[in-house]
Amino acid sequence: MRTTLLAGLMVLLSSLAALAQQVPEPAPVQSILQEQSALIQKSSRKTIAPAIAALAESGLPQAQAVLEAWQVKALWMRISDGMFFRGEKLEGQTYRLFDFDTGQAVGDVAKSDLKQIKPNSGIRALIATALVQFQLSDPDPSRREEALLAIERAPAGALLAPLRASIPGETDPVLKVRKMRIEQLLTIAHGTDEARRVATIQSLSGDLGLDVRATLNPLVSTQLRAFAGDIPAGLNVARRVAPGAGALSPDAAYDLLVAAKLAPARLSSDEIRTTLAAHIEGGRVGGVPLAQLNKEDARTRAYAALVEAGQAPARVSAEQITQSLNAHVFAEIYDEPSAVMTHAAQAALTSIATQVAVGQAVDLTLDALSLASIYFLAAIGLAITFGVMGVINMAHGEFIMMGAYTGYVVQQVIPNHTVSILVAVPLAFAVTFAAGVAMERLVIRWLYNRPLETLLATFGISIALQQLAKNIFGTQARPLTAPGWLDGAWIINDVVSISYIRIAIFMLALIFLGVFLFIMRRTRLGLETRAVTQNRAMAGSMGINPERVNMLTFGLGSGIAGIAGVAIGLFAKVTSELGSDYIVQSFMTVVVGGVGNIWGTLAGATMIGFFQKGVEWLNPSNTLAAQTYMIVFIIVFIQFRPRGIIALKGRAAGD
Amino acid sequence: MSDTFLTRNPSTLVFLAVLALFVLSVTLLAEGAGVGVISTSFVKTLGKTLCLALVALAMDLVWGYTGILSLGHFAFFGLGGYMIGMWLMYARTQAIVVSSLSEAPIPATDSEIVDAIGNQIFGVVGSSEFPLIWMFADSLLLQLMLVVAVPGVLALVFGWLAFRSRVTGVYLSILTQAMTLGLALYLFQNDSGLRGNNGLSGLQNLPGMDHVPQATLSIWFFWASAAALALGYLFAAWIVAGKFGSVLRGIRDNEARVRFLGYSVEGYKLFIFTVTAIIAGIAGALYYPQAGIINPAEIAPVASIYLAVWVAIGGRGRLYGAVIGAIFVSLVSSWFTGGQAPDLDLGFYTLKWVDWWLIVLGLSFVLVTLFAPRGIGGLVDLWSDRRQPDRHGADLGPGAGALREKEAEQ
Repeated sequence: MRTTLLAGLMVLLSSLAALAQQVPEPAPVQSILQEQSALIQKSSRKTIAPAIAALAESGLPQAQAVLEAWQVKALWMRISDGMFFRGEKLEGQTYRLFDFDTGQAVGDVAKSDLKQIKPNSGIRALIATALVQFQLSDPDPSRREEALLAIERAPAGALLAPLRASIPGETDPVLKVRKMRIEQLLTIAHGTDEARRVATIQSLSGDLGLDVRATLNPLVSTQLRAFAGDIPAGLNVARRVAPGAGALSPDAAYDLLVAAKLAPARLSSDEIRTTLAAHIEGGRVGGVPLAQLNKEDARTRAYAALVEAGQAPARVSAEQITQSLNAHVFAEIYDEPSAVMTHAAQAALTSIATQVAVGQAVDLTLDALSLASIYFLAAIGLAITFGVMGVINMAHGEFIMMGAYTGYVVQQVIPNHTVSILVAVPLAFAVTFAAGVAMERLVIRWLYNRPLETLLATFGISIALQQLAKNIFGTQARPLTAPGWLDGAWIINDVVSISYIRIAIFMLALIFLGVFLFIMRRTRLGLETRAVTQNRAMAGSMGINPERVNMLTFGLGSGIAGIAGVAIGLFAKVTSELGSDYIVQSFMTVVVGGVGNIWGTLAGATMIGFFQKGVEWLNPSNTLAAQTYMIVFIIVFIQFRPRGIIALKGRAAGD
Repeated sequence: MSDTFLTRNPSTLVFLAVLALFVLSVTLLAEGAGVGVISTSFVKTLGKTLCLALVALAMDLVWGYTGILSLGHFAFFGLGGYMIGMWLMYARTQAIVVSSLSEAPIPATDSEIVDAIGNQIFGVVGSSEFPLIWMFADSLLLQLMLVVAVPGVLALVFGWLAFRSRVTGVYLSILTQAMTLGLALYLFQNDSGLRGNNGLSGLQNLPGMDHVPQATLSIWFFWASAAALALGYLFAAWIVAGKFGSVLRGIRDNEARVRFLGYSVEGYKLFIFTVTAIIAGIAGALYYPQAGIINPAEIAPVASIYLAVWVAIGGRGRLYGAVIGAIFVSLVSSWFTGGQAPDLDLGFYTLKWVDWWLIVLGLSFVLVTLFAPRGIGGLVDLWSDRRQPDRHGADLGPGAGALREKEAEQ
């Protein structure tokens, strides 16, 4: 009996021991999950880090499966025993559970017996970072690329080793180059071997990438600090700063001392006023009548009396400030302790800065060219009507607007953007050509001898057209969408880039220039136009019909404005005020360039474009100021060349 | 002298009499001084219209008489408004700040008051420092002098540069338009020191006059505007009636001929350009306290072109024409755009005047330019039986104003 009892107990014990061995350590990953169970269930962004780290650093291949399941909300806990599984939804409310260690299905369980672990977006981001080391060697290249992106977003020292390990096995040449570059950047930021870091910095010196600068800049960040006596050894001093000389004003230096608790704070005038207000006794403060306290010196006297009476803290005098400043040393201290590193980073950044300056100059030139071509486009129609015919057309801007709206209407009818632009360009020409001819026939031809009145009459047409557009299309901006192949930009490096649409506008400006030159020099219309411009009566007696020539020339100028409108509408919003935004600049372009000469218009547009971009570069926050200075510059420029850059000479100049 | 001057110019006398009658009747009907048939806001509108008539008068002098189509006179108008607005805003804010600081236990020092005013005025543009251009803002007298000086000096410098290099005709128009655009863009910046596109506001309240109701203030400003218009009209009539005026008209008709006769054309143009800029500045200084707010949009280039439109519709080259044009177009405009005009039902479409008025204005402007270059003022000629030379045919010579074919044949 006793033995059987004992034997039974033994069996029970041994089975319990077996159970005890089996339950707490069922399998490697499950055991980690069990250790971190509390944190995982709490599922808080702030506390989850150790749980993820434990999984990621376990070195177990199954950890990847766990993290991936967790990331997509497929991690489930069986409520009965607290085990974690990957769950797959079956029909109804049941889930099939899979063990992480074996990969085998362990059974189907109703949802009510399970608890889903739902990571929030913050936790998912952490998981993604942790997954990176697994994904770096994933057979799927797109997964590897995702991993690299994740590293770029959140570079961490822990990723350096797995990244380095994955480089030799990389088969995709593009990804290999990227991996090596990221490895270099990670080495600079988080490497442990100083010689290797310095060598990497030197190898990247002169690289224009934004990522290189973003990596190097933290290395050379400094803090301005004040020291009593000498600067303690061991600090990486960037430079000493003398208060009052250069960037550090004495006031700022003293504030630094106050912040470091090395000197007593100065009293602001507000604090003095509050102190004075707190000690009003019988209409007097410190013996000074209240009414006198609207003067600074009376306040000083009253406060001094308060200090003498021990009722207020003493003010810091100017001598005290000077003494404190003299007694301390100010220096900018690198955050990075190693002088070798900061020196190398500084040198690399200097050489990058030179490269960037060159790149920016190129970029600015491209910007200026594109602005110049926009001005040229807007002004070329005017160069014909104003430059060749001498007609001031204030409605020119509205022709540009009509062209842009034509493009918008065509896009409503033809959804394909490429086709619609191809249709819109000739249609815009036709519409504005017709409008121009109508305007010339109805209004302008009666006013050829009265240029100022042409200006006013066309202004009347301009406000009528603008309001008409408002009535038809409303006041809100209408989109004129560029075809897909014009989206994006030609990126040469991180400093120099130009959008395709600007290249297209530049090309269009060149084409217009060519078309204009061809029409004026090689066609009958051009010949007749030039003849009528030079001497209307003589041209008439040679069999040219001046009325017809004027009509067609004006129509041509207006039609070109319409095409320019389509081009401008592609990058600017189409509103009824689109034209009036360009009209003054267009006239400026023609006047500065020199009336009656297409090369003058080109020169004018180039000069105005470059000047405006140049001013914007000097004062990048303020494009309004750039336009103001440009106009002042033009007014002064007209003083020296009243007839523009390229002036007609002799009889062609008219008066 | 003045007696003979007025008898030689009966139209001046008629104009002054009509103006006096108008002022008297408005005063009697207004809320502030009379029976109250005319509301305060309409008195303000009338006062503003008189100011616009004054600036149109200036425009007529420079364009109708001298032939300089300046598209910058509304900028001078706006500058005058800004100059008086600076004092109005400063003094009013000062009154508010002083009264709020007087509740503090310790009386405020002068610099504290100035800092508080700066905070109040420039808070909207994220600054609290007074820019240099506000250094006289605390003095009404100095600021009134600036009303005259700032537009005057700007016109003098700009005119000297432009006339010296013989920029004429449409080129001058474009250049003045560029000046206006440049000024407007400059004022649009927040760091221009004039509160960027917020402009200056609260100008309808005269500092120290809080006890006077707006109805009374409006009638005061109406009187002041009428007086300014009367003085401006007398001055303009006196200028154009004399030999000086003949030279101006000569410059308009043939600049080169006047120069060859030995006159300093540039001097005459500069004088008239500067004087009219000053008149425009004064008109602006009277206008904006009645409008209550001024911002850079007011001096956009298009405003100056509208000014030319008024003068052209009223009739160039005659002083009363400019006044009639300004009053007629601005009142009709505000009637149509203010929503008072009844919609026109065409059966298939209802014409809303708010939307269509500008189109009507633009087209009627084209028609006036084409068919009635003498404007509304030309109607007076029909009545007074004054005939224009009957000029037909094309120009004989290259310049505008040369003898025409048919005249030469006679």
